[in-house]
This record gives sequence, C-alpha cells and structure tokens, in this order.
Amino acid sequence: MSLLSFNGIGISGLSAAVPTNTIDNLAYQNALFGKEVAHDIVSKTGIFERRFAPPGMCASDLCYAAAEKLLTDLAIDRSEIDLVLFISQTPDYRMPATSVLLQNRLGLSKQTAAFDVNLGCSAFVYGLSIAFSFLQQGGFRKVLLLDGETRSRVYSENDRKVAYLFGDGGVAAVLERDKKFGDSYFSLNSDGSRENLIKIDAGGYRKPSSADTVASRMVDDFGNVRSEEHGYMNGADVFNFVIDEIPKDLRRLSEYAETDLHSLDYYIFHQANSYMNNYLVKKLKIPVHKVPTSLERFGNTSSVSIPLTIVDKLKLQLKESNNVLLCGFGVGMSWASAILEMRACQISDLVEL
Amino acid sequence: MAFQYIPNIAVKGMAACVPKKIEDNRELSLFETEDDRNKFIQATGILKRHTVKGSDLCASDLCFQAAETLLAEIGWERSEIGYLIFVSQTPDYIFPATACILQNRLGLSQECYAMDISLGCSGWVYGLTTIASLLSSSVNMKKGLLLVGDTTTITKSPKDKSTYPLFGDAGTATAVQYEEGSIGLKIHAATDGSSHKAIMIPDGGFRNFFSSDSLVEHEIEPGIVRNSLQSILDGPGVFTFGITKAPKSISGVLEYFDIKIDAIDYLVLHQANKMMNEKIRKKLKIEPEKVPYSLPEYGNTSSSSIPLTMVSQLCYPLRFRHNVIVACGFGVGLSWASVILETNKIVCPPVIEI
Amino acid sequence: MEEKFIKAFKEALELEDRTIDLTDTFRDYEEWDSLGHLSLIAILDEEFGVVIEQAEFNKLNTVGELMVEVKKRMA
Repeated sequence: MSLLSFNGIGISGLSAAVPTNTIDNLAYQNALFGKEVAHDIVSKTGIFERRFAPPGMCASDLCYAAAEKLLTDLAIDRSEIDLVLFISQTPDYRMPATSVLLQNRLGLSKQTAAFDVNLGCSAFVYGLSIAFSFLQQGGFRKVLLLDGETRSRVYSENDRKVAYLFGDGGVAAVLERDKKFGDSYFSLNSDGSRENLIKIDAGGYRKPSSADTVASRMVDDFGNVRSEEHGYMNGADVFNFVIDEIPKDLRRLSEYAETDLHSLDYYIFHQANSYMNNYLVKKLKIPVHKVPTSLERFGNTSSVSIPLTIVDKLKLQLKESNNVLLCGFGVGMSWASAILEMRACQISDLVEL
Repeated sequence: MAFQYIPNIAVKGMAACVPKKIEDNRELSLFETEDDRNKFIQATGILKRHTVKGSDLCASDLCFQAAETLLAEIGWERSEIGYLIFVSQTPDYIFPATACILQNRLGLSQECYAMDISLGCSGWVYGLTTIASLLSSSVNMKKGLLLVGDTTTITKSPKDKSTYPLFGDAGTATAVQYEEGSIGLKIHAATDGSSHKAIMIPDGGFRNFFSSDSLVEHEIEPGIVRNSLQSILDGPGVFTFGITKAPKSISGVLEYFDIKIDAIDYLVLHQANKMMNEKIRKKLKIEPEKVPYSLPEYGNTSSSSIPLTMVSQLCYPLRFRHNVIVACGFGVGLSWASVILETNKIVCPPVIEI
Repeated sequence: MEEKFIKAFKEALELEDRTIDLTDTFRDYEEWDSLGHLSLIAILDEEFGVVIEQAEFNKLNTVGELMVEVKKRMA
C-alpha cells in the first residue's frame, strides 16, 4: 500500500446532486425478466431505487449543480479556487477534459489548474489524496473536487447481472488548508492483473468504436444481452477480491495511523451491494449503526457513492468533529482507504434535478 | 493564481518510445499541389511522423516499452515504485484505468498508487506536478513513474489536411523521486474552458454517444473531410492562444520564482508547429540553441511532446550535465502549464522504436 | 469436516431441508444462481477462511470436488 499522511487539511464542504428520475427496481424490466428476478435481486442487493440521468444529462451536469449549491452555501470567493479536479469514467468528451469545461461553466478564473482523473469506485479517496497532496505543498488555496458518474449509461438494461445495480449522481467538495483539521492517513492500491473483473471491452483505443462494437448480442445461457461497449462484471471474483484485500488494507492503515479500527465515529464504504457490504462489515466486526448506507435509494453510483452517502445520511448526524473511515474498492482493480477527521464540514441539502 | 513550488523532487530518468512506422509528409498525397506541401512543411517544420497505424499498438504499449527501457537502466527495484500515473487522451478502455493495467504489466507491486489523468498537450507538466505532490506526502514510497503517451494519429482524419499531417504518436516514461535537498519543481498552471471547442472530438464521450452517425464523414471545406470521432482543430484560434498564453506563462513562472531567463539552459516547448513555437521563442528573447525541436522527425505528439523532445534532442546534456530547464505545454482544453526543473546527470536512453 | 462443510453449503444455497450427496453436480440445483454463488463465497470465507477464484471455481462440478478444494486450501 502506498501510504500518505497529511496534517491540517480537510473537507470544508460537501454537496451532492442526483437526477429526479427514479427507477423502482421491483418494477424494473419485469416484462423481460419477470417479477421474481427483480424481487430476488432486490432482496440480495438491498437496492430498491436508483436515479437515472434523463437523455442529455451528463455526470458533469450533476457535478455542476452540486458545485453551484455548495459554493453558494459556503459563500466562497471563487477566485480562491486554484485547482478543479473532475473524477469520472463517464466524461463529456474524449477530449478536452471535462474539468476544463467546468472551470468555465462555474465561472472560475483562468488561473485555475484543472485536470480529469479516470478511476472508478476507489476514485473519491484517490481524488482526496490528490487534493490533499497539492494543498500540503502550500501553493494552492482551495481545491474544488468534482466527482460524477452516469453509470446507468454504461450497463445494458438487458443484462440482469448488472441491470439492477447502478445509478447516477454527482458531488462537489471544497478542500482547504486550516490548522483546525487534524491528521489524516491514506492507503492506495491497485491490481491490474484483475483488469477483467469489471470492464468495457470496446470504445477505448485498444478496440475502437465501430458499428460492430455497439451491436447487441446474447452473452450467456441466461439470455443476457449486451454489446462490447457495455460494461460487465464478474460479481463472484469481485466479492473474492473484496474479502481478500479490503480487511487486510484496513488493518494496515489503522496500524499505520495508530488508530483502533473500532474506535472511529463512522465508516463509509463504497456502496456496492448490501450483501457484499454487510458481509464486509460483519467480517471487520464494526457496529452496524456506525455504517451509513445509501444504496437502498441510489444503488451503486461508483466513485460517487461514498460522498453521496455522507450527504444523504450524515448531514444531521455529524458533530463538530468526527473521525471517519472512507473505503472505496472496485474497477481496476483499485482500492483506497482513508482515516480522517471531518471537522465542521458544511453539508448542503441534496440537490435533485 | 495557480503557482506551486514542490521542493525535494528530482527527475532521475526519462525514456521515449515511438512506433517504427513512419509517414513522410513529403510523400503524402493529401496536399493538392507541391506548393501547398512546401508551404505546409515550411510553416510547421514537420517532415515526418511516426504512427501506430497498421499495428495494434496503443499509447500504453509505447509507454510500457519506454518504462521497461528506463527501468532496465535506472536500477530501481520495481517494488520500490509506489506511484504510477498514466496521462493520455487515448487510453486502452473506458474502464478500467490504463494505469492499473500498466501496474500489472510492469510487474509493480499491488501496493502501488495508480491512476489515469486525461489531458493533452499540457499533460506532462500536470502529471509531473501531481506525482511530485503525491511523493511529497508519501510516507513509505519515494519513487514514481510518470507515463505519458498518445496515439493521436488514430483520432485524425486522413482526409483532413488541417490536422492529419501534423500529428505523430509516442509514449514516454519519466522517473521521479522524492529526495531531500533536491531543488524540486516550480509550476504555473492555467485553464480556459470557454475555448474548449478549439480542439475536440465531438462524439464518443458521454455528452454525444458513439453511434453509426459518428462515423459519417462530412466535408467541412475542400481538403477537410472528417467524421465525428475524429478531432477538430481550429488552427488560427489555437495559434493566437499559443503565442499569447505560453510566453506569458513562462515569463510568469520565472518572475514569480525570481529566476532570470539567462539562468535557463533549455526551454522545451510543446511541439505544436515551428511557426508558433518560433513566435513564442522570439517573444521570450531566448537564443535558438536553447530551444530544441523534435517536430521535424516526430511532428506534434500531444502530451508526449515535451519528454520526447528532451529524450530525442537533449539526450547528451541530460546524461552528462546539470541543466536548468523550463518546459511549457499548451493546447487542448484549452489548458496550459509551465514548470521549471533542474536535472543532474539523469538516465536517458536513446529513443526506442517498436 | 464433511458435516461442517455440508451444513455450510446447505446454508449458503438455502437447501436446509434437502439431502445433499457429494456426487451432486451443484450447478444443476434449481437454487444455484449467481446470487447463491455470492452466499457460498461468503460462507467459505467465514467458516473456512478460504477464497476460490472464479477460474478455479469453474473447474469444480460436484459438491465433493468443492469440499476437496476447500480442504486443500485450508491446509
């Protein structure tokens, strides 16, 4: 694990936006798969509802709405933002980078540094580590971290292995340097030997888009249908991976942070599905009441799920100071955890659009 | 203002790899007349370019070879490499991130920080800044690999004389280390999204999905035919941008950190085209021998152009001398960034071809 | 071991009221599906501390073969 540590840097505000368009999983694709399938999947995954971006809405639009809300609520002078980071695997364009478009849309100065990071479920924690690192250097004043996904666009609605899991959302966080923030610790990892566990085969430059790559085909004996530009997931091995790597990583991180893994106020995990998450929590022997979840309402929103859970579930719970664990894991495979203090963090009301 | 100083960081080695297939602008049938061709070559300075066309090579393959070559000479244990950043706008997949795949291909530890950054011509400077910041906060890992590469010949229409003869493919590797006492990096970065349409690929992202329509060719004007998966380049717009923003960024970072332009051994510019780069050089009043070009041999290689220029043109001074270098990347976004760095007898094998 | 394994296996696939034979091809059970597989992964980890990757798992056909593999990995 790559270990990073910081002092006096923290999240001063956090906001999230989701589309109003709500998918009721129990009624979803019943004509195709039948009620029973939906019922079984919902009972195992715990995902009752998800939000789908309507046609024309991108991850960047959700981030934009979240950012506008946050910057207004925090009454921030936008010229103090020296870096805008956009994290997504569903960007607006192949080029230019979406962060650059958002610099302009948000009315930020041309003297703002901007770049995009491509990672999935681990990406919010990765993004925090980048923002914290830049801030620790002392040059930049505030960082605007934007993280959005329209995962609904990536998976085939006719592939029951993935059709019921994913939802859309976008978040914004303002990070800054302030002595009031305590120490924070990050652990970041990757394993490309597991690149095939969660993947889209075509549409990058290894296998460029063509009429062929978007043609739907039946991919298994269950009649699941997708194209090569749809995502797929080997759920069993993802579960094996989580069981294998995450407890190990959290033990090492807590040892390094000299923190009892059981002494923290909240544990916010990537919202994969309730079956996997519950098992992980049980294995780690963490009290369930300290583990907020949002997947029942929003599903798996990839990198957005950790901050979305904080906005959705902890807005009223957070005290002046809270020691939290953040842990994201998934596509890559890539996994990242952080132990940090959330102090006086302003959390905006959830934006729906 | 996005200025940043990151001390205790040293660039320890650089390598570059290009595909062996060459396209020679002197033989290209895209130009209508000999006169057109000569004018183009004179203005851009681009004689030939290396391309992955006709092979299966991706940007990641070029970076992989560059990294292997660098690691073979630099003597780092692979297990010591804690950071891997891949900068590209031509990644292998929509997901997973190509950096994760490279972590495994290069035999790096699972305990490696790996991520992709999407930026173009300014990407090397951004990548260097990011990996340097991370290394500075790192507890246990002090070495990182910055892999920067693009295969933009794939994203240009062969029927578009405004883009096709300009671009070449390359992949590079830069070895970066945290080292107490090293001078480190001084950086300026800036962004102008209001001009994002100047260089872009309209389709194939999540704003405009790929569809069969994306592959339909349109004639924009005679000699410029392209589809919506191929990139647009507003030449005049980018020219104006380059010759104003780049010199301002370079003189800005020198001034901010109080460094005289005479103290600079080399100015390495993103290789846009000869005319633009010469304008920038003249504005800054820097002697021609301090401003290397890789344009004639390799064309505009997008994010790779700064490291490729260093490896191909400055190999000798990089290997045997101490150098103060300013590098400036500017382009797609629009995004631009400058860095002042010092190198001291670094590892720098000659450009490899695969 | 066999008793403990069978009990865990039944619990994972919700086969408590059934008789399980070591020669049964578990993929033929009506109850076998990808969600059942997840339950099995959880219980093998929990009860035996064993993780079997998909590629290896795919080579196993009968309940008995699975048990042998679990034993092997525990050793």
